[in-house]
Amino acid sequence: MPQARFTAVSDHAVLVQLGDEISDKINLEIQSLDRAIAAAGINGFLESIPAFVNILVVFDPLVTDHGSIEAAIKPLLADVSAVQGRGTERVVRVCYDLDIAPDLSEVAAQAGLSEDTVINMHLGASYRVGMYGFAPGYAYLSGVNEAIQVPRKPSALRDVPAGSVIIAGPQCLVTTLTMPTGWSIIGRSPTEILTDNPRHPFLFDVGDTVRFERIDRATFEAEKGLRHG
Amino acid sequence: MGEARLKVVAAGPLVTVQDAGRTGYMRFGVAASGPMDRLSHAAGNVALGNAPEASGIEISMGGLVLECVSGTLSLAVTGADCLVETCGDSLGSWNVISLSPGERLSIRAGHKGSWAYLAFAGNLESQEWLGHSATHSTSGFGGGALSAGQVLTVRDAALREDRHGAIERPAIAASEAIRVVMGPQDRFFDPSALSALQEQPFRLSAQFDRMGVRLDGPKLSIDGALSIPSEPVAKGAIQVAGDGTPTVLLADHQTTGGYPKIATVISTDLDRISQMRAGDVVHFEAVSPEQAVSIARDKALKMQVYLEEVAVPRGTLAQRLMRENLISGAVSETPD
Repeated sequence: MPQARFTAVSDHAVLVQLGDEISDKINLEIQSLDRAIAAAGINGFLESIPAFVNILVVFDPLVTDHGSIEAAIKPLLADVSAVQGRGTERVVRVCYDLDIAPDLSEVAAQAGLSEDTVINMHLGASYRVGMYGFAPGYAYLSGVNEAIQVPRKPSALRDVPAGSVIIAGPQCLVTTLTMPTGWSIIGRSPTEILTDNPRHPFLFDVGDTVRFERIDRATFEAEKGLRHG
Repeated sequence: MGEARLKVVAAGPLVTVQDAGRTGYMRFGVAASGPMDRLSHAAGNVALGNAPEASGIEISMGGLVLECVSGTLSLAVTGADCLVETCGDSLGSWNVISLSPGERLSIRAGHKGSWAYLAFAGNLESQEWLGHSATHSTSGFGGGALSAGQVLTVRDAALREDRHGAIERPAIAASEAIRVVMGPQDRFFDPSALSALQEQPFRLSAQFDRMGVRLDGPKLSIDGALSIPSEPVAKGAIQVAGDGTPTVLLADHQTTGGYPKIATVISTDLDRISQMRAGDVVHFEAVSPEQAVSIARDKALKMQVYLEEVAVPRGTLAQRLMRENLISGAVSETPD
């Protein structure tokens, strides 16, 4: 059973922390706790936001308070474990053509590998959705092969198009908005993370696994055109 | 009842469609958005007989000019003090007015406040995202920002003359200071930073938008090097950058971040700090989590009473004149 630290946040939330350093074990425990909280039907519970080492539990202060939320969560910790939940495997299609993968060559150079090897290593790994953050639909996927892990670039690039597949350290992300980023852009995807489906508006749930699938330029353009057509 | 169409003649930056906001999607990276000043937004709506969460327009200090193309309707202006001009009349905010074809409505920043609200008697047609029209300013999702040339459509537009005139302003007693609950990372800060936050004045800087407002004032130094894993962030969080500069996160805040949070502004005081302006002085006062909950409950009760009062129609002009005559006349001593 993990040790938890509870911290009151403002008048409407409790931060539950299971550790201080990012690890697969702690992230899996967080996801296990997240599922337990969702299933517990806690009075006054509004939403929970899982991250790498902690989870923010938001409540309605007109109905409950920090102490009651903490008391409702404590017994759930006994059943928390670092096992992979029954997340769905999601497939993200990606085109690695150099003009839409402007940092692929630099990543290859830093890793001392060929561009094709970088692509194959990116395709070969299985990723897990650790958390969302930064902007709507920005899902942090852990699992980047150590051989192609690179630090953030010293300065951010502006106006990086939506659908960019970007990496930094052990994390990979598929962007949903045109935004600046300091991460390395190694491909572009036509796969919608914001699905436009009101019943399932985001492609991933936290805890899902993700696999990348390579497509050629013609397929990328066709799928992208379909999306915007 | 019919349809009214209003052409946007001019709109400043950050003039956006807002309903009460979309909660429940923070786990997908989506902040609730919604009005920076929630009570003013709700008051404008209920003064017209709308539901408090109905879609309206949030107007930044950049201002807004509309021209009525077709239809006649009542509108309410609440929130920041502003100059409201229509048909040669000049009045302030906190009024219900009407607009007919050919007439213009101009709303410009006045002396105080940062965000004004325009509510419509009827249903403002707007793009929704995840079931809400609230605009998330950085992505543009939701109803979106207004721009010149655009035409707004109000369905079921109505003239509600029994609601025209001044709207009672909220007189909810609030402390001068902006109240915070310390943490969740206060333990990482120098004791001097913790006391500076509570004892020294800060000023709102011009770095102020719907995501948050950066503060000028004492630097809040962190005790040693600190790198915390990116973690969930609550609205109102005061996050401190590496150089010690605090930023208060507001309606369109990022849902996660790796900066330590020294304290969090209680939700009761978020409308008030959002209505301050660049250069205004802010004092923070720490309260316990238990006090914060009790303040939230007290405020909710007062808000409910206030909104119920504002929602009562005042009667037509004839009825109001009659009532005033009666009040100044012989029956002035009767309680009703």
